[in-house]
Amino acid sequence: MQTLDQTVVAAPPKVPRRSPIALDGVSRWRAPLSILALLALPFLLPSQALAVNVLIYGLYAVGYNLLYGYTGLLSFGHAAFFGTGAYLTGIGIGAFGLHPLLAMALAVVAASGLALVIGTVSIRSRGIYFAMVTLALAQLVYYVALQASSWTGGENGLRGFTVSTIDLGIVSLNILNPLTKYLFVLAFVGAALALISRILASPFGAVIEAIRENETRARACGFDVERTKLLAFVLSGLFCGLSGALSAIHLSIVPLDSLAYHTSGTAVVMTLVGGAGTFFGPFVGALTVLVLEDVLSLWTPHWQLALGSVFILFVLFLPRGLWGTALGRLTALRGHR
Amino acid sequence: MDPGFLDLELIAMQLFSGVALGAVFVMLALGLSIIFGMLGIVNFAHGNVFMVGAYAGVFVMERTGSFWAALLFGPLMVGALGLLIERFLIRPLAGRSPDDPLLLTFGLGYVLVEGVRILFGSDGLPFATPEELSGVADLGIGFFPIYRLFVVGVVALVLVALWYGLERTRLGLIVRAGARDPEILRVLGVDIQRLWLWVFALGIALAALGGVLAAPMRSVNPEMGNVVLGEAFAVTVIGGMGSLMGSVVAGLLVGIVVSMTALFAPEMASIAMFAFMALVLLVRPQGLFGKPGLGV
Repeated sequence: MQTLDQTVVAAPPKVPRRSPIALDGVSRWRAPLSILALLALPFLLPSQALAVNVLIYGLYAVGYNLLYGYTGLLSFGHAAFFGTGAYLTGIGIGAFGLHPLLAMALAVVAASGLALVIGTVSIRSRGIYFAMVTLALAQLVYYVALQASSWTGGENGLRGFTVSTIDLGIVSLNILNPLTKYLFVLAFVGAALALISRILASPFGAVIEAIRENETRARACGFDVERTKLLAFVLSGLFCGLSGALSAIHLSIVPLDSLAYHTSGTAVVMTLVGGAGTFFGPFVGALTVLVLEDVLSLWTPHWQLALGSVFILFVLFLPRGLWGTALGRLTALRGHR
Repeated sequence: MDPGFLDLELIAMQLFSGVALGAVFVMLALGLSIIFGMLGIVNFAHGNVFMVGAYAGVFVMERTGSFWAALLFGPLMVGALGLLIERFLIRPLAGRSPDDPLLLTFGLGYVLVEGVRILFGSDGLPFATPEELSGVADLGIGFFPIYRLFVVGVVALVLVALWYGLERTRLGLIVRAGARDPEILRVLGVDIQRLWLWVFALGIALAALGGVLAAPMRSVNPEMGNVVLGEAFAVTVIGGMGSLMGSVVAGLLVGIVVSMTALFAPEMASIAMFAFMALVLLVRPQGLFGKPGLGV
């Protein structure tokens, strides 16, 4: 499997988990197509709340995927960014009476700043260490939030900042209306998707994929691997922070759980089930996991047993995830023609 | 008595508490490090295995009424589970990215937590300190719970046994060779698959033993594993992954740091361990005893 002396060996062999890049024509349209697909969601799912959750967790997984799927860094601490985004949005609105949009913006900036700090510490540790260090640092953030209960509400979570209308100057959105709320969240998710698509298509996007494929080679080509990784980490934290901010607006409460290990794991599960390293895969993963939860929790309180088992089966037999495997099949078909 | 002397006494007692707390961390970090050193995988279900160990202890104790039976058979049962996990879940992943077994054991964590919830219920269970080990002992500087002394003793025994097994026996020689170069060992005719199987089970059993030992000191509930996982990782990262010496030193050090912080600023106790880890990482990214670049 692996020896203690692997320092001499250049880079560990990585099993490619990425999607084939053959669908070039589609990649230019991936953001608009994704947004179109998400527009249909509230009419396909049994409840609007579920649809909003798919958007929020989908964005969370997409942000996570930027780091895991595209850069190849397996983090287990992204709850720190999701939770920071959520808590600071709630605190900004509740304690300081800020405009929701301003509170969200500040929360996203703070989540990115935290990502800069956590990234700086954790990127020094490589490979398998990285997962452990990010996990432990996220625990640090969790315990800080637990102790700072005068700001965060401690174990009870943050309450008392209900947002019912969002004043946009010209119009005032009543987000108690489920469809308005969905479109409000979708506006942010859509903008984020367009931005991520642009980032992935940029030279930076090519470099992070090069680092995932062969770090030593990317370094030899003259790329500043550490700084590129750090930038990918911060961008990932930014989008995860945004998803947290949206979840605070959506739920009007921030549970302490949003900073917990469990939430970090959710990003991993959704990304892997959907398809790491694919553009739309994380949404497929979020949809699958949330629908699975929605259906199974009607039957049994132990639905996580099924979730864990399904996840294990994916790791064993379908490591490219649902969307990744489907894309792979599609490319193979096109290749045969 | 003058107050200065009292303070010293209090600090000495707290130091001892730290060692007892650290002893459990040592068991966790040892298991993680042994598995990593041999198989090159990080067991993300390690915290949950610790939790399952505590429940296995409860299970045996309910059946037999004996804490000693729980201490022996609890870890053995969980170790047997470890054999199955290695054989049927970890082994098929041979040759794939080191992330894959990590992800798999992470998923296994969900299964273990829910499995325990189904078998034992979601609420925490009490785990009484065994009668023959309850009470306090006079250490000269103050009174100290006998059970904590016992925990330190058991961990010390395990350490000596491990050291002897690894450094002084033929099997230990093979294990050390396997950690260094599995390919050569295979060429020499050693069945390395079987070695990995048993080493994995050993690491799992150590975590389970930690769980049984810790059970009377902290509440037993299905979620305890997730908390413990972060703690075990912090200790392992501080000590240096794959270093047994590092596991022991870091485990005790973290135990002492936590209990000392608890003395001066109780609300900072749970934060201290992770802050300590971040500090160590900034100075020595490979951990106190790790060789640079060991982590793949």
